[in-house]
Amino acid sequence: MSTAHEIRPGYGPDETGHYGDFGGRFMPEALVAALDELDTAWQKAVLDPVFIADFERLLRDYAGTPSMLYDAERLSERAGARILLKREDLNHTGAHKIRNVLGQALLTKRMGKKRVIAETGAGQHGVASATAAAYLGLDCTVYMGEVDTERQALNVARMQLLGAEVVPVTSGSRTLKDAINEALRDWVASVDHTAYLFGTAAGPHPFPSLVLSFVRGIGDEARRQCLELTGALPEAVAACVGGGSNAIGLFAGFVDDPDVALYGYEPGGDGVDTDRHAATIWAGDVGVLHGARTYVLQDEDGQTLESHSISAGLDYPGVGPQHAHLARTGRASYVPVTDTEAMEAMRLLSRTEGIIPAIESAHAVAGAMNLAKERPGQTILVNLSGRGDKDMATALEWFGLGDAEATDEPTEQEQ
Amino acid sequence: MSVSVAFEKARADDRAALVGYLPAGFPDAEGSIDALQVMVEAGCDVIEVGLPYSDPVMDGPTVQAAVQQALEGGSRTTDVLRTVEAVAATGAPTVVMTAWNPVERYGVERFAAALDDAGGAGLITPDITPDEAGPWLEAADARDLDKIFLVAPSSTPERLAMTVASCRGFVYATAVMGVTGARSSAPTLAGPLVERTRAATDLPIGVGLGISNADQAAEVAAYADAVIVGSAFVRTLLDAGTDRRAGLDALRALTEDLARGVRRA
Repeated sequence: MSTAHEIRPGYGPDETGHYGDFGGRFMPEALVAALDELDTAWQKAVLDPVFIADFERLLRDYAGTPSMLYDAERLSERAGARILLKREDLNHTGAHKIRNVLGQALLTKRMGKKRVIAETGAGQHGVASATAAAYLGLDCTVYMGEVDTERQALNVARMQLLGAEVVPVTSGSRTLKDAINEALRDWVASVDHTAYLFGTAAGPHPFPSLVLSFVRGIGDEARRQCLELTGALPEAVAACVGGGSNAIGLFAGFVDDPDVALYGYEPGGDGVDTDRHAATIWAGDVGVLHGARTYVLQDEDGQTLESHSISAGLDYPGVGPQHAHLARTGRASYVPVTDTEAMEAMRLLSRTEGIIPAIESAHAVAGAMNLAKERPGQTILVNLSGRGDKDMATALEWFGLGDAEATDEPTEQEQ
Repeated sequence: MSVSVAFEKARADDRAALVGYLPAGFPDAEGSIDALQVMVEAGCDVIEVGLPYSDPVMDGPTVQAAVQQALEGGSRTTDVLRTVEAVAATGAPTVVMTAWNPVERYGVERFAAALDDAGGAGLITPDITPDEAGPWLEAADARDLDKIFLVAPSSTPERLAMTVASCRGFVYATAVMGVTGARSSAPTLAGPLVERTRAATDLPIGVGLGISNADQAAEVAAYADAVIVGSAFVRTLLDAGTDRRAGLDALRALTEDLARGVRRA
């Protein structure tokens, strides 16, 4: 059973939201009062046993956490290291995102606001927001890049069925970053009655800390479960990093264990030697995007570059400031994984363990398979942050599936 | 040259100043200079040159479209500075309105120096508050550049006092809670905000967001020191499309109309 202590910021910033050189609050003055209001409400809520009890009850009875830690023996054989999977894909709505959204939606109710807005990339945060809004009786509008509404049509339908309004965003690159811009534009005009459920541990203070406090259960649970299962801590933990909420949730449980290596796998797209990737920490420079100083994919004038990843949920040219700080201080390592590596890992996990991961999470699996070569026989704990149902259209196209006549020949590695 | 020159002149005429905005590079590099010069000739007292940015959070669809056109046309930070130089040469105080990241990327001190060299008066920084603007405050103070931050209807008294204390030139009061773009009625939140701001500073106060015609300008001019117009100017050029002559004519007519508005109050 978790305690109040566990949803407080575990890896806290200074009082104005800076993690070392990163983070802060680079926002229009019009939104500052709302961010302060949110900060105050959150600080009070996490000290209130009633709020904590509500949140923990929802996590347990509604979201289905703690998610299990699964000893992936068949995958481990293939890897040459012991791979443990934190099964966030089994949570209600199919990803870790439900943790963050339940926390923020409960906070919204507590603040007396009646409407929530959210941005979404792959649609997982949008679905989670629509779900929490339906359950708690809030109006919900989700902004989604037009490109993403096409590649994640199933999630658009899910949000609509849950009663949310989905607004396709047609400005800029028509992906996640533009959805955030549009949500901020809505918020600046609606802030008196609307809460912005930010979908990742990025953005202006207090969002990175607040989101961390709601998702850190991933890492706290995983640490306890790993000790129970193996009698020891893992040598390394691994997660995919887009904005970085699932990774920071996992890392929070282990950041104070100096012997546990932290690995974040960034979307390498077509390769970091091309201009089609979203490996922000690997290839970006320090800048300010969406309210925080962090690593940004940008040109020499500070214009944001269009990112690319086969995974809509990782297709973002910025990253949360906590990750920027962990990278700068060397506490965590960030390594790119290409589209091809991620898709191969998706197929590998499907065929060895009967688990179809989200393409986002497949980046972490691919990274762990590579890492296993450097760490033979060690224990690597991987956050399987979401399930792959939403990615079937992409998989169908990538692997040439769907035609029952043709069989997809297994590769040599899989035979 | 600080914008305060223009404000003093307007005050001497017992009227509000007219501040006009267009993004650099819109409709193209030369076109934006032509357009801004027309706005000066037709009655704008201060010019805001927008630095086109890929992620303009505070802008509505009209300005977004113009900014996108400028970026697609290859507008760069150096083009913005060149535009400032051409417009400042008319004698109208010229400020740059910009998102923060391009300034940081250029180098805050280097940007301040280049702006100063171009004859620019200072910066309007809509997506950053003085809390995070330390390096800019320093660079601006070293060169006596105007530092124009925004106050909003949602600003608390404490934040309002902090913000105006960091401003030089004028204070930008956002008339509505929302993004840029023309609105049908004159802003109702602006009056109380100007009153609160006035109590906190002796600096002139400009009101922007949503003002598009002479009647609205006159209404705002009754209590503010400047009327700031952006989207409505952008709209005239967007509507004229490739007919540059027609665009400039419409721009001139709108400027003259607004200039009459600020004198009517």
